[in-house]
Amino acid sequence: MELLGVVSFLVFFLIQSSFFSLTSIGLNIQWGFTGLFNVGIAGFFAVGAYTSAIMTGPHYDDTLFGGYDLPVPVGWLGAIVVTAFVAAIIGYITLRLREDFLAISTFGIAVSIQLIANNMDQLTRGPEGLYSLPKPLEDLSASPLVDNILYLGVCIGVIGLVYWGFERILRSPWGRVLRAIREDEHAAMAMGKNVFAFRLQSFILGSATMGLAGALYANFIGFISPTDFLPIFTIQIFVMVIVGGSGNNLGAIVGSVVMWGVWSASDSLIAAVVSPDFQTQAAAARIVLIGLILVLMLLYRPQGLLPEKHIVSAAGRMKLKGED
Amino acid sequence: MMQFVADGILNASLIALGALGLSMTYNVLRFANFAQGEVLAIGAYFALGAVTVIGAGVGVMGPVKFGWPLLVSIPLAIVCTSIVVLMVDYLVFRPLRNSNASRITLIMAAFGLSLMGRNLIHLFAGGDPKYFSFYIPKAIEIMPGVKMVPDDLAIIGLCVFAVVSLHMFLTKTNMGRMMRAVSENPTLARINGIDLKMIIRMTWIIGTALAVTAGTLQGHIFQAKAEMGFDMLLPMFAALILGGVGNLYGTVLGALVIGLAESFAVYFDLSAYRAAVSFMIMLLVLLVRPQGLLGERE
Repeated sequence: MELLGVVSFLVFFLIQSSFFSLTSIGLNIQWGFTGLFNVGIAGFFAVGAYTSAIMTGPHYDDTLFGGYDLPVPVGWLGAIVVTAFVAAIIGYITLRLREDFLAISTFGIAVSIQLIANNMDQLTRGPEGLYSLPKPLEDLSASPLVDNILYLGVCIGVIGLVYWGFERILRSPWGRVLRAIREDEHAAMAMGKNVFAFRLQSFILGSATMGLAGALYANFIGFISPTDFLPIFTIQIFVMVIVGGSGNNLGAIVGSVVMWGVWSASDSLIAAVVSPDFQTQAAAARIVLIGLILVLMLLYRPQGLLPEKHIVSAAGRMKLKGED
Repeated sequence: MMQFVADGILNASLIALGALGLSMTYNVLRFANFAQGEVLAIGAYFALGAVTVIGAGVGVMGPVKFGWPLLVSIPLAIVCTSIVVLMVDYLVFRPLRNSNASRITLIMAAFGLSLMGRNLIHLFAGGDPKYFSFYIPKAIEIMPGVKMVPDDLAIIGLCVFAVVSLHMFLTKTNMGRMMRAVSENPTLARINGIDLKMIIRMTWIIGTALAVTAGTLQGHIFQAKAEMGFDMLLPMFAALILGGVGNLYGTVLGALVIGLAESFAVYFDLSAYRAAVSFMIMLLVLLVRPQGLLGERE
């Protein structure tokens, strides 16, 4: 029986890690491969979560929307489309301008989405949140553990698909242009590449992935409220990508699992060791620590645990060998 | 209606101070300092500490409910906060500058520091909002139908004073001219023998001074809490972009527009979406006039 507890905890942990992993992959294509700084990760994640929740969730008496009872995969597709749309607006306005305007605007969209989540009761039910969201495949078995294992399978499937797709396109000429833009925007422009278009595509693709992750989260937890999408989430994802190694999708996944492990372990540690009177202080100290990890990584190991692999085309590889 | 204009001007003067500080660091250090909000908040807490030690309500002057302790606490808080800010610059931003880190890396470090700052306040001062005093403000009628608390008027006055001082400093003193030279062209400034390190330190101090003043005054009329600066960040950025990055007068104009817009958001019963209103204005400006109202095209 003890073993069963461990297994169900592990499954739960891995499901949670997969939300972070998918979001990290989304950030990686923006930050790691294109050098775009998105400070509004929590916002895009929230858009995906709320979209899927409204599309698949039950009817609430006090909201204008909802009760559509759409199948979960449709909700997830909707999450991708709506998040991509929001990203397209922000990206279209700011990606032509200075790079920090994107940072400021994504920060702004995250703040605004947080306000909408908290205040637009007819859409989001405010702080009370949306509940009783359906979970796919939950009718297949009566046991919560089997349920979760099935869901983990779905998550791994989705991540695998996204990972495979991203690796394909990032190794293609399209991906090489992204890295060229990251390294030297003017050189890429001189080669006749439409830098703005490539940036916009990368930004939309990454944000849509974050939205999909949000949808996966909403339909697993079954209840979402504005406190699930705070700025700390954005920092956590950044730490995960940087710890794993920006520019490396496998690194993003490893970083997510490792850092979520550290986070959960410190959670249990605080609950076990710190007296109830000081729990809030301990929670604040832990957030200080995650900020510190981010700053220290930027200072001492900006390339991360698993640095980016230098990918060269087949022709380039032959040329390199020739030089050896 | 006029009442909302009056409230908007009060709001605008606080945004202007914070945004000017943001603008200073943006021009000289060349990155958007996402931790500026926390500079404001930490300053307010230092000032709160000073006021508490001296004794709130001591030496109340005339119709306003604050006395010399608040006015003394501002310079004290500026000194303490500047020390913290300069230490952070030395430990984090200086090494990043030296390793030629990209602007984005600096912004990211600032974002991390901002999170740390907020939670350090939670850690040391607790999560509950703190009050500088418990006076019940009594509004007076300054125009037919427009009522304001004397403190608010004094604060608008103090903000105008700070803006004028900054203008004098930048145009009339050597240090100010050097600072403008660095923000125009750092390489050329250095060739002309300007000590870049000293200018960077001065920029941090001035940016801090403006933020701390804004934070303390805001704390005095409302309350001090860990998120007070973070909540101001979007209006401050909006004012900066609206006015035109690099143009300090534009920043003041931008702050005025944002302050009034937020106030009218309250008028139209959209008070919950105040921050989103400044964001929408910012997006609109970026779409139609990305260089801002008074900015020059790059």
